[in-house]
Amino acid sequence: MHALCRDMWLAHGVPPTQTVRVGLPNMVVQNVVKKNEYRDSVMLMKASEALRSAQGVLNAALMMGTEANKGLLRNGGLLTEDGESAAANDLILAVQAADEQTLQQALRQAEELLASRGHSAGATAFRLLDSAIRAMPDANLAIISIPGKFAGREARQALEQGLHVFLFSDHVPLQEEIELKTLAQRRGLLVMGPGCGTAIINHVGLGFANVVRPGPIGIVAASGTGLQEVCVLIHRRGSGISQAIGVGGRDLSDDVGGMTTLQGLQALDADEETRVIVLLSKPPSPQTAEKVLRKATQCRKPVVVNFLGMESKQSRPHLVFTRTLEDAALQAVALLGDASHVLDEPTAIEGDLEQKVALEVTRFAPQQRYVRGLFSGGTLCYESMLVLRDDVGDVYSNAPLQPSLKLHDVGVSQAHTLIDMGTEDFTQGRAHPMIDPSLRQARILQEAGDPEVAVLLLDVVLGYGSHPDPAGALAGAISEARARVSKRGGNLSVVAEVCGTDQDPQNLALQEERLRQAGALVVPSNAQAARLAGALVRRIALQKGGVA
Amino acid sequence: MTGEISGLLGARLKAINVGLPLFADALRQQGIEVLEVDWQPPAGGDTDLLALLDRLNQTEDDEGDSG
Repeated sequence: MHALCRDMWLAHGVPPTQTVRVGLPNMVVQNVVKKNEYRDSVMLMKASEALRSAQGVLNAALMMGTEANKGLLRNGGLLTEDGESAAANDLILAVQAADEQTLQQALRQAEELLASRGHSAGATAFRLLDSAIRAMPDANLAIISIPGKFAGREARQALEQGLHVFLFSDHVPLQEEIELKTLAQRRGLLVMGPGCGTAIINHVGLGFANVVRPGPIGIVAASGTGLQEVCVLIHRRGSGISQAIGVGGRDLSDDVGGMTTLQGLQALDADEETRVIVLLSKPPSPQTAEKVLRKATQCRKPVVVNFLGMESKQSRPHLVFTRTLEDAALQAVALLGDASHVLDEPTAIEGDLEQKVALEVTRFAPQQRYVRGLFSGGTLCYESMLVLRDDVGDVYSNAPLQPSLKLHDVGVSQAHTLIDMGTEDFTQGRAHPMIDPSLRQARILQEAGDPEVAVLLLDVVLGYGSHPDPAGALAGAISEARARVSKRGGNLSVVAEVCGTDQDPQNLALQEERLRQAGALVVPSNAQAARLAGALVRRIALQKGGVA
Repeated sequence: MTGEISGLLGARLKAINVGLPLFADALRQQGIEVLEVDWQPPAGGDTDLLALLDRLNQTEDDEGDSG
């Protein structure tokens, strides 16, 4: 999966130490440093939001004291000398308020929020994995989402005690991944990850997972939002998922050699519920691709393969190669042989959308010509670049298709640019954009300020773990961005896909409607969204008499 | 190497969550029994010290096994 900067959801536990205040005109700023106190970034984000909403609080942030976070606090005018002295294992409480009384109230509230520790009411928390396993001796799965440099140690303990592992953590050393997977194979256990964002095991979603119908299609995937997209598109076509096994983004490297992928293929081939297998990854190394494809060919069931951007020139028995995630989902459903599931090929522009597009195109100002994409899903960003480059040519990115297209400054887009906002560039000191929409909100307005931007391309990912109302969180920024561009005589087309289902906690239809009300063109897949963005840019060029 | 996976697919999931509580909450919403570990960095976050402690524990275990 895309690099969810999981290491920034990390750091460390102990009592308040020093307090310093900085007096500025009409405001007070104070930092409280709690030595060796660790809280995850999701909990800290929620606590920070709660503090900021209090009357009289001008700004507030709770962050681990890493250098990157201290930089963010410094830039926001929230860092005092005490905060400067904090180490990466320390927690900083930073509050800026209109007066001293409000500030002290906010700090008390922060202490109360921290005391709750983010656990559900009534949930018992153990200090050590060993103690939890003793309390649940028949546990069969460990879900691990702690800083990468510590995650391998917990995963090893879980494996040694016979538990399968879902390893969400990123930045686990490569050698440790190989050792964990070797140990797992020896014991007949599965390690999903490291860097595994999502899985569906026995119809239960793990990590960031959509709610999909049980069904006959099994998936093995090295790409998190790729897996989510294929799952939801299969669900929307009336079919469902037997198992969706995430393997982690490095599994198909030559170093790891596809260990978990091979296990997954074998398990799905033996699984009675599974009739069709889907294999998803960004392009693997040729050697590992060959090894995995040979295994897939040996499966008794058909295997739909999507190695984004890597097309096979050779045909192999049982294997169907596809270009987009949507194609993979459609092919998998079609291979079930139930005609009721097989619908028409997707089209980029259909029905009343065609009229809306025609209208949009007439409103652009002469200099508007570029597409800018802001993604929470790394694989969705990657797929969009593949689709778009056919229509618009070079696409720049912080995670580009080729090194020459890498942005010099991730904070500044150039020409056609798609940004993966789930990378470390954007997750230092904060939660992933699927949970925390604030950076994307700001970037939407930033892109709207560029007079050459014509089209904004967005993904919205639903499911367990994601923001409770992700479309609603972006809607305000979309409306504002469109209004600003309109005010200066132009038009901003916003194209979006919602990766979700009618059964997701956020509800697909509601989320799509929020985007439409904000003026977005909503299409039913990521590939279609990219195609529509490309079509808009082409039409603009045609209107100007340029190159189609 | 067999590559087989035993005791997971088709089995009733019983999980232990180490880290983000939101993942434990999601499992509970799906009716899955889950215990939570309120993880804090061991050895005060000092990975060198932790590696040393782990080696010492391993040595003690080995001596215990042989003894």
